[in-house]
Amino acid sequence: MVEPSAYLLLSAILFCIGVVGVVMRRNVLIILMSVELMLNGVNVAFVAAGSYLGDVAGGIFAFMVMTVAAAEAAVGLALLIALYRLKETIDVTELRILKW
Amino acid sequence: MEAVFFILFGAVAVGASIMVVTRRHPLSSALYLLMALFSVAALFVLRQAHFLAAIQLILYAGAVIVLFIFVIMLINVPEERLPSERMTAMRVLGVAAAGILILESALLARRFAMPQPPVAEVGTVEAVGIALFTDYLLAFEITSVLLLAAVIGAISLAKKKI
Amino acid sequence: MVSGILDGLWLVPALPLLGVVLNGILALFVERPLLLPAAGPPSAAAGHGHGASYRTLVAFIAPGVVGAAFVVALLCVLSLAAAPPEGRIFVQVLFPWIQAGAFTAPVAFQLDPLSSVMALVVTGVGFLIHVYSVGYMSHERAFARYFVYLNLFMFAMLILVLADNYLLMFVGWEGVGLCSYLLIGFWYEKQSAADAGKKAFVVNRVGDFGFLLAMFLIFWTFGSVSYTEVFAKAPLLSGDGTLTTGLATAITLLMFLGAAGKSAQIPLYVWLPDAMEGPTPVSALIHAATMVTAGVYMIARSSALFLLAPDTMMVVAVIGAATAIFSATIGICQTDIKRVLAYSTVSQLGYMFLACGVGAFTAGIFHLTTHAFFKALLFLGSGSVIHALSGEQDMRKMGGLKKRVPVTFLTMFAATLAIAGIPGFSGFFSKDEILWKSFSSSMGSPVLWVVAAAAAGITAFYMFRLVFLTFFGTSRMDPEVEKHVHESPWTMTLPLSILAVLSVIGGFLGIPAVLGGAFGVPNLFEGWLEPVFRRAAPAAAHAAEEAAHHSAALEIGLMALSVGIALFGIGLAYFLYRARTEKPDEIARKWPTVYGVVFHKYYIDEFYEWAVVRRVVRGADWLWQMFDARFIDGIVDGAADIVRSAGDRIRRLQGGIVGGYAFSLLAGAVLLVGYILYRSIVQ
Repeated sequence: MVEPSAYLLLSAILFCIGVVGVVMRRNVLIILMSVELMLNGVNVAFVAAGSYLGDVAGGIFAFMVMTVAAAEAAVGLALLIALYRLKETIDVTELRILKW
Repeated sequence: MEAVFFILFGAVAVGASIMVVTRRHPLSSALYLLMALFSVAALFVLRQAHFLAAIQLILYAGAVIVLFIFVIMLINVPEERLPSERMTAMRVLGVAAAGILILESALLARRFAMPQPPVAEVGTVEAVGIALFTDYLLAFEITSVLLLAAVIGAISLAKKKI
Repeated sequence: MVSGILDGLWLVPALPLLGVVLNGILALFVERPLLLPAAGPPSAAAGHGHGASYRTLVAFIAPGVVGAAFVVALLCVLSLAAAPPEGRIFVQVLFPWIQAGAFTAPVAFQLDPLSSVMALVVTGVGFLIHVYSVGYMSHERAFARYFVYLNLFMFAMLILVLADNYLLMFVGWEGVGLCSYLLIGFWYEKQSAADAGKKAFVVNRVGDFGFLLAMFLIFWTFGSVSYTEVFAKAPLLSGDGTLTTGLATAITLLMFLGAAGKSAQIPLYVWLPDAMEGPTPVSALIHAATMVTAGVYMIARSSALFLLAPDTMMVVAVIGAATAIFSATIGICQTDIKRVLAYSTVSQLGYMFLACGVGAFTAGIFHLTTHAFFKALLFLGSGSVIHALSGEQDMRKMGGLKKRVPVTFLTMFAATLAIAGIPGFSGFFSKDEILWKSFSSSMGSPVLWVVAAAAAGITAFYMFRLVFLTFFGTSRMDPEVEKHVHESPWTMTLPLSILAVLSVIGGFLGIPAVLGGAFGVPNLFEGWLEPVFRRAAPAAAHAAEEAAHHSAALEIGLMALSVGIALFGIGLAYFLYRARTEKPDEIARKWPTVYGVVFHKYYIDEFYEWAVVRRVVRGADWLWQMFDARFIDGIVDGAADIVRSAGDRIRRLQGGIVGGYAFSLLAGAVLLVGYILYRSIVQ
């Protein structure tokens, strides 16, 4: 029998690896993948908690998160394509037109 | 038995995740991401969440990863024009902060002991389906609106003339 | 309570307002576009000719609405007169205006004998002057704008006289002040006209400030601003000691300050002569017949309060008498025909205040009425002369006009006889009533009589000087001007003639008892107004009765004496300006100091300039430099500087680097989870 806290710890580790990817990488594609990792980490926690507590809500939440993740990936990649056409780069540090 | 598979798939998930964020070429990252997602799906199975495991495979492996790879090939950035990654002070701090966050989470997770062992089967297709179409019907329907918005957004953003 | 026709009372002010709206539309959308492209000198007749159709429309609307208001007012007054004397009061509440706690002020009109006299004078004389204006202003480019202002004035003036509470009266009070400002400065391209408008407005503000304070005090004391309530409570409160004589004196003195500003009394008279910069019909309407008498009306209206404050009554009487003689002397030396009339107006207003001050409110209002007739006539006549002479106002460049403008001459001569107090003419009856009351009333004194009689003599002198210089003798006109001399059109001469008839016979409304009694003719005017003043203040009636104790012989003797003084003034004028025309210059040379002081109007304007204006300007300048520029601007600029420098620093956080934002998020998450961990450990 695996302790619930083991799943939560795994969830935190996956999440933090995703965070490190978002903070450290300059490649927009990899940043988007890191975000997917973070969402997955959260899902692990949801599913584990739902199953240990015998509550279906955990699974439902994970399901919603996946939907959001899919939508986010679609829109994010579309943005990336538009951006690449405009700036010919996928380096986030070069995307600073917000600052004038 | 569960413990063995947990350690196995957990280690694969963590290892693959680390590879995702450290690979230079996005295509490698995408393949490692696929591996990590696969492991997470296996973990879902361990927790009897069969439905979610299936969704994980179909949605992520079948759709999202393919989409990523498709985009990577579409824009096809030459090797030399990939962003150069350098360690800056902020990045070191970021890794440190992430480490602290893991530590904090671990401590926090220890403090909440969950009740043993649960009763109902909550991860089956039947259980999730019933919940989804009764108690969570509104949320489910709104999800479809979200997806519709994402579809329209993606199409309009990716069009040549914005 | 009478009703029926009286329910249409609201129409009296509403009709001129309708005129304002209609003419306003014409002025804004038809006239303004015509004027805009060719901005030239205002009196240039450029706007004449084209767009004449709208001018015809204005020429019908503006006098039309005022005439209609006069008819409605007349019908209302007639139906009021049908009621028994004690029931002659009608209040029409239109809608509540201000309601705050215990304070209520409705928009309500009150028609009683006093306000009906005022309403008739205002609408009647106003109508004639509107008709006259159509002729006089026919060469004016801003024709519609002029009549908008004039109609607006009628509206405000009628609000003033018909209001049933002090607050609504104040609305009219300010409204006429505004119109006065607008009309004095009507030719605003002319610097002196614009300045005169400002001067009138600012001086009036001094008085308005007094009126406002008086109104606050009234509300504080009586808990109401409605005439009916205030006058009903006044005797009660004064009986139980709430309304002390000191308080009543304060209220009435402040009110008198307001009245002195509006009615151009010492020390606030200085604006009226300058107000002659406005078009002449305006001088006739606003600065002779109606607006400037508002102060007299206010005091007569508030007689119940004034009679509780004997000190104020004395102040009013003394100021009135002083103003009467003071400005009459200034009138002697003026050369501008309108300025002579202006000082004469100030002087005549002084008479009215003198009458109010000695408790003879009826006499004051009576003189107000006759004065409205003959002074409006004099102004309109002078306007006709100025019109005939293509704008010349200097009497030294007139002369011999008797045959050239016969109607103007005859009507003006009638008015001159009236103002000089020749028996049989209206001015004689009203002025003599005042003279007699100032002598005989319990609040009067022989000194006041002497001053007033002397002023009457001077009045006769300067008025005949005006007539002799203008109409008699040989012409001193510029040849160029002389060629164009012409009698005015019928729109101008008709009002002159009607006013001349009124100036002659108007006095028979109020024949003094001592003269009329013998023939069984009652004093109609006094009988009409008497209920108002008896209802408001039994003491006034008491004072009037006291006057009857003096013998009829004394009254007739004084009457004869004052007529004699007037005749002496006329004779002197004839001697100096007809028989021995070289004399006036000789006198001026002989006593240069006296002549200079009088000619320069006792240097009062210069004194105010030195004592008030310069100090205020310097004070304002100091406030601007120290307070506004340094303090206020310092706060505002300082706030802006703080925000800017803070923004300058915070700006650095927004580096535009996505990683930076992500790191901030992460740091926030670390802190948040750390806090949750800390709380769970502490628990």
